[in-house]
Amino acid sequence: MATQTPLPSPAQVPDAAGRFGPFGGRYVPETLTRALDELTAQYEQARGDAEFQRTLDSLLRDYVGRPSPLYFAERLTRHCGGAQIWLKREDLNHTGAHKINNTLGQGLLTLRMGKSRVIAETGAGQHGVATATACARFGLPCVVYMGEEDVRRQAPNVFSMKLLGAEVRPVTSGSRTLRDAINEAMRDWMSSVETTHYIIGSVVGPHPFPRIVRDFQAVIGRETRQQSLRQVGRLPDLVVACVGGGSNAAGMFYPFVDDAQVQLLGVEAGGLGGAPGQHASPLTHGQPGVLHGSFSYVMQDDDGQTCDVHSISAGLDYPGVGPEHSFWKDSRRVRYTSCEDHRALDAFDALARQEGILPALESSHALAVAMVEARQRPAGEVIVVCLSGRGDKDAAEIARLRGQG
Amino acid sequence: MSAIDQLFREYRSAGRKALIPFLTAGDPDLEFTGLLVRELDRRGCALCELGVPYSDPIADGPVIQASYTRALAGGVKTRAILELAGQLRRPAGSEAAAVRMPLVTMISYAIVYRLGLQQFVRDAVASGVSGAIVPDLLVEEAGPLAEVCREHDFSLIQLVTPTTPRERARRIAATSTGFLYYVSVTGITGERRELPPELVDNVAWLRHETDLPICIGFGISGPEQVRQLAPVADGLIVGSAFVRRIADVGQSDRAAALRDVGQFASQLLEALNERG
Repeated sequence: MATQTPLPSPAQVPDAAGRFGPFGGRYVPETLTRALDELTAQYEQARGDAEFQRTLDSLLRDYVGRPSPLYFAERLTRHCGGAQIWLKREDLNHTGAHKINNTLGQGLLTLRMGKSRVIAETGAGQHGVATATACARFGLPCVVYMGEEDVRRQAPNVFSMKLLGAEVRPVTSGSRTLRDAINEAMRDWMSSVETTHYIIGSVVGPHPFPRIVRDFQAVIGRETRQQSLRQVGRLPDLVVACVGGGSNAAGMFYPFVDDAQVQLLGVEAGGLGGAPGQHASPLTHGQPGVLHGSFSYVMQDDDGQTCDVHSISAGLDYPGVGPEHSFWKDSRRVRYTSCEDHRALDAFDALARQEGILPALESSHALAVAMVEARQRPAGEVIVVCLSGRGDKDAAEIARLRGQG
Repeated sequence: MSAIDQLFREYRSAGRKALIPFLTAGDPDLEFTGLLVRELDRRGCALCELGVPYSDPIADGPVIQASYTRALAGGVKTRAILELAGQLRRPAGSEAAAVRMPLVTMISYAIVYRLGLQQFVRDAVASGVSGAIVPDLLVEEAGPLAEVCREHDFSLIQLVTPTTPRERARRIAATSTGFLYYVSVTGITGERRELPPELVDNVAWLRHETDLPICIGFGISGPEQVRQLAPVADGLIVGSAFVRRIADVGQSDRAAALRDVGQFASQLLEALNERG
């Protein structure tokens, strides 16, 4: 999209109204305004509160197991033949994905605001598990909304959430996936906003969520930057991450946005192909519009109705994307591409066989594109892939798909 | 002066209160929506809200969500809804009289933005629609649309809720046009057996802050609540209680559903103007 005014520096967003250039903002019912204003104010205070930071840092270290390693995938590199492939091992975090970075931060904010209940949405179930975990740790009751289709294809995570004491509410409206889970969580929040905090799982939604989630996830990129300098001796040439709502990518990319020599590449879900309804790639195929409280690229028809999307990966099966990604796309700081289901499955197999790591299907999308990039680049170059989660949750679904094939 | 300003001026000088039904346009099809609007007009409703179905309505409860889903499944488009409004308010032939009630659309900003702000307001005005309620457009973000609405004397009706701080409520009242929509409950649309006890006081406070007509909506289910709220409001908005009455309508029982909706409107109108 053409913008009239020069875009601000990527490190200087969002502004006070939650705008990343023209993207972001707040498009929600008036009922939620006071809670969003309160969250904005409390987060600003927390950011400047050394005690809050210390508490979060020690949880990230002793409870999550951070820093997560930056691992040189030597056999995969040889298998591809080309640039070195390094993996940022978010899959080794407690609960098996990057989502815990955000839920602990927002859990602490919940306590700080004196709210007594937490709700969340989940797609793949990773954010649901991470929220249920943080709520168990902080003694907060927790309700997780999850599309019925996702309840089916991510059953192990549903069971984990219940074991952690959360209530999982299947959502039967619309496409029964992540988008509908967000709708239902928002509706719950409309009635419960005075006592409940909504721990949104990605860099989406109304201001200040895209900024808060990015900041809590930026630990991924900060560590990667330091680890690369220490282990490689310099910054990577290319950093690759998958983008559904885009939280692992935002957290990975943000600390690199001012490093002009580092190329950043986001990978959306290409699904079965480029036809409408076959993919979940709003940055690749969509246009700017409003969804879930924010102005960003979205898959909509010409009447403003949200389109159905498809991805093999429940965590990427979403018609929208975080507003900061839209800003990075238009400012050309980050390049975005998409990867089809079958290529993600091939990358899943490659990592399993070459490195003994089962990656999440979400992360497999980033991996597939990184492997192609590696083949096209000289051996001296360094590619870092954000391995955002582990793939155990996907094993049964992959077996089911192969059984049918 | 917009048709809505005119309406409330007349109602106030006559000491009357306005009944504002909400209907989902296109549920189950636009032809039936047209019949419902005419029936409600005949019964004496003041103004009609036409809900433009949206795929992701986060402020709506199960009844209106389901009606949006039915209407979208029937393939209804915003353009066709505006065409229906045009037929109702400005019929070309002589076979039907124009509907007296002003019409306003309840429409998500997602749709308004996709259609284009200018395009939407121009088309709505050309169809005889008098204003819009955009439930996901906060006062902070409303500037661009408000400007277009002003150019066309098209009302942009804004909402105040129980969670709105008082200073903010004053600001919203200062920018709303047509009337001010007071949301009765902290929650989504849908009938409630009881409304919050502080509702009447909150509206009474707002009454002192603005000369704009104040209409209360969300949760109103029947004549008893209408009697309770009528004294403090200029009008009452009833949505789910109407939408529910046509949820199961097929082709054969349309006459019965029309009668049911009409009779319910008459009951509410009777309760509304008992004191007036």
